Amino acid sequence: MINLDIPKKLRFVAQQAHQVGANIFRPISRKYDRLEHEEPKELRMFGAVLRGLSEGGGGAGIGKGADKARVEQTPSGVRNGANMSTVVGMMELCWGDVGLALSIPGQGLGNAAINAVATPEQKSSFGGKWASMAITEANAGSDSAAIRTTARLDGDHYVLNGEKIFVTAGDRCELVVVWATVDPALGRAAIKSFVVEKGTPGMRVARLEKKMGIRASDTATIVFEECRIHRGNILGNAEIDVKKSFAGVMQTFDNTRPLVAAMSLGCARAALELTTELLAKEGVRVNYGGSLYTKSAVEAELLRLEAELEAATLLTLRAAFMADNKRPNSVEASMAKAKAGRVGNAITLRCVELCGAVGYSERELLEKWARDSKILDIFEGTQQIQLLIIARRLLNLTSAQLR
Amino acid sequence: MLRTMGRSMRMLNGLASSKLVERLGMTETLERVLYHGSRRGAATALEAARRARPMLELLSPARMQSSEASAGAELFDLTLSDSQQLVRDSMQRFAKERLRPSAIEADERGEPPPGLLAEAHALGLSQLAVPEALGGAGEQRSPITNVLVAEELARGDMGLALAALAPLGVVHALVDYGTAEQQGAYLPSFAGDDPYPAALALLEARPLFDPHRLATRATLRDGEYQISGEKSLVPLAQDAELFLVFADLLGKAQAFIVERGTPGLHIEPEPAMGMRAAKLGRIRLQQVRVPLRARLGGEQGCDAERVVDLARIAWGAMAVGTCDALLEYVKGYCAERIAFGEPIVYRQSVAFAIANIAIELDALRLMVYRAASRAERGQPFRREAGLLRVQCADKAMQIGTDGVQLLGGHGFIKEHPVELWYRQLRAVAIFEGALLV
Repeated sequence: MINLDIPKKLRFVAQQAHQVGANIFRPISRKYDRLEHEEPKELRMFGAVLRGLSEGGGGAGIGKGADKARVEQTPSGVRNGANMSTVVGMMELCWGDVGLALSIPGQGLGNAAINAVATPEQKSSFGGKWASMAITEANAGSDSAAIRTTARLDGDHYVLNGEKIFVTAGDRCELVVVWATVDPALGRAAIKSFVVEKGTPGMRVARLEKKMGIRASDTATIVFEECRIHRGNILGNAEIDVKKSFAGVMQTFDNTRPLVAAMSLGCARAALELTTELLAKEGVRVNYGGSLYTKSAVEAELLRLEAELEAATLLTLRAAFMADNKRPNSVEASMAKAKAGRVGNAITLRCVELCGAVGYSERELLEKWARDSKILDIFEGTQQIQLLIIARRLLNLTSAQLR
Repeated sequence: MLRTMGRSMRMLNGLASSKLVERLGMTETLERVLYHGSRRGAATALEAARRARPMLELLSPARMQSSEASAGAELFDLTLSDSQQLVRDSMQRFAKERLRPSAIEADERGEPPPGLLAEAHALGLSQLAVPEALGGAGEQRSPITNVLVAEELARGDMGLALAALAPLGVVHALVDYGTAEQQGAYLPSFAGDDPYPAALALLEARPLFDPHRLATRATLRDGEYQISGEKSLVPLAQDAELFLVFADLLGKAQAFIVERGTPGLHIEPEPAMGMRAAKLGRIRLQQVRVPLRARLGGEQGCDAERVVDLARIAWGAMAVGTCDALLEYVKGYCAERIAFGEPIVYRQSVAFAIANIAIELDALRLMVYRAASRAERGQPFRREAGLLRVQCADKAMQIGTDGVQLLGGHGFIKEHPVELWYRQLRAVAIFEGALLV
């Protein structure tokens, strides 16, 4: 039966995450925006609590709010499970603060990758550890197939060489999931992901970026020089299957893209709510009925922003719903990411504009959210990459045809 | 009688080819529709209404319940029920086989092809909308099902969909708000063998029209209502047997049943940019006098704001259907169109425009479904309908204009249906009322 409201049980997850956003993140939001590169110690204990909560859950990484007991199912077999729960929780955490949500110990994007493709043995040795994701290189951003970091098989070990940039939580994490090619001549099919534990000789954090936004989260450059890891640390199939392999590493994105969409939605909602509140003090009220064209310009604008937010939210919930019900969702995940990314950015920017000096000043968080939101339309696949994925699928085109 | 049976058999034929029916057996409601369709003999709609006179004795109006969310069914769910799937399949077939091929000619002639509305009527939608107690086969008030119907018919043609669904707007309003007397007097006519043209008249011709601040006024005078004003772009205006006219009554919008031929009621054609197949008309009311019992809902009146919101959902569904037709068409065209030695879809500027159509369309559809499902479950939906309206006004038109753009000069000429969709999608931000879910 058609229903697009968030179910009661997941509303409870949302409320819990909202409390974290409101009471743990918001009070220190500005502090760590100013103290870039300083670890938010307030989150350590919180990470431990989260880890305890999620033990045995086996969900999808960051902000994970669902354990198995919370997965719900209708008599007809429809499920609202870990994916939706995670998305709903993530929205609320990022309503609190995106940078801090990315800094929760043990909840990295690498964890999502491990959960998606790891063998049971790998899950038991890596589970519970904070894992970051290292894909981007100086000359390979959106074009992940062009990465040059190599993994050479040497007996029972892979030897990694190369340099990764823009690794979120790369400094604070315990594990790094690295994308590397096992044979540069074979293109994307030879790209595999490997788990490297912090402290492994040959891997070092070379520097931390100074950023426009999400400054609470560390963004590292990681260098691999003859870094030896056990061959059991490869994620997924070690064989080079020209047809399937890259799709294998890419499939992680089907789970993480709705999550990043949710981050964007949370941040945008924070901005829209505060803006609505500030404008209410100026006598602006939003009324959903009547004609859009007889409303004041600012009321009409608030309605437009809320409508865009609603549109993006529903696309994101749909992508999560499909993942929970084991329906292929690549296109839907990309649609969610594309729409939420651009809409979230547009909303936060417009909110600064609508609030004028109040929006631009550091006394409120509006200007910060407008800085934070930009990255959400970039990482885990830029707007343009999402459109490429959607268009190729929709039009049945290969990457050689639609470049 | 023979004609009716023929129609029922055609419908049965259509249904029988549905895989779902094979799997399920026919649903009870649909069986009932077929039964009613063949049982009700030669009578014209008016005769049917006369036969139904004893129903005036109904003590309380027959409201159809919306579906109760059964236990455990409150999960986020995008799965259609089997009967919804069934309705959607048969509408889809009708839209594809009957509406789409007639669309361009109907637009040019400014009316549906002869017999087409009767065919649409034979699909049984009116019977399903009228409660059993009043001669119909309706069991449930289902905005979701109505959304699916509007979406699918508009995929065939939005103008013809408006013509086919306009009478249902009046039916839904009567079911939701009519007094027992009003229901008994009018609803059986809609459940008859022939289409019973009727229209909900809300929109007025002035810039900055607001559905809650109407210029058409009703005043209480000498124990009756006197209505004056003008209603614009009313579907089926010249054929309608009755109108549900919305007018301001002491500062609040209310609806009044005005029958064809009432003195002071003047009807003129009002062709427009699109939606021409719906035979749009302007109706002028010059001190039209109707009895007290003509006010929808009697003394209690109706919740006109809710009616407006239900209409906004219906227009959203229409937009989604037409945008979906456009997306399919544009995909096909751009894949075949060669420029610079390769199909133009190989270019990002073209492919991305199509991807964006798909994104905005999917989001619109989800907004329509959310608003409708809240309405169906009896939850407040003012916010959802309002946001849908706002989003639809921007995005549906954007999709329409991008569709023409993607075909270039070919989008501008009438060899392709895209210019028709462009003109019709402009209607979505303009129309209020006229259709309900």
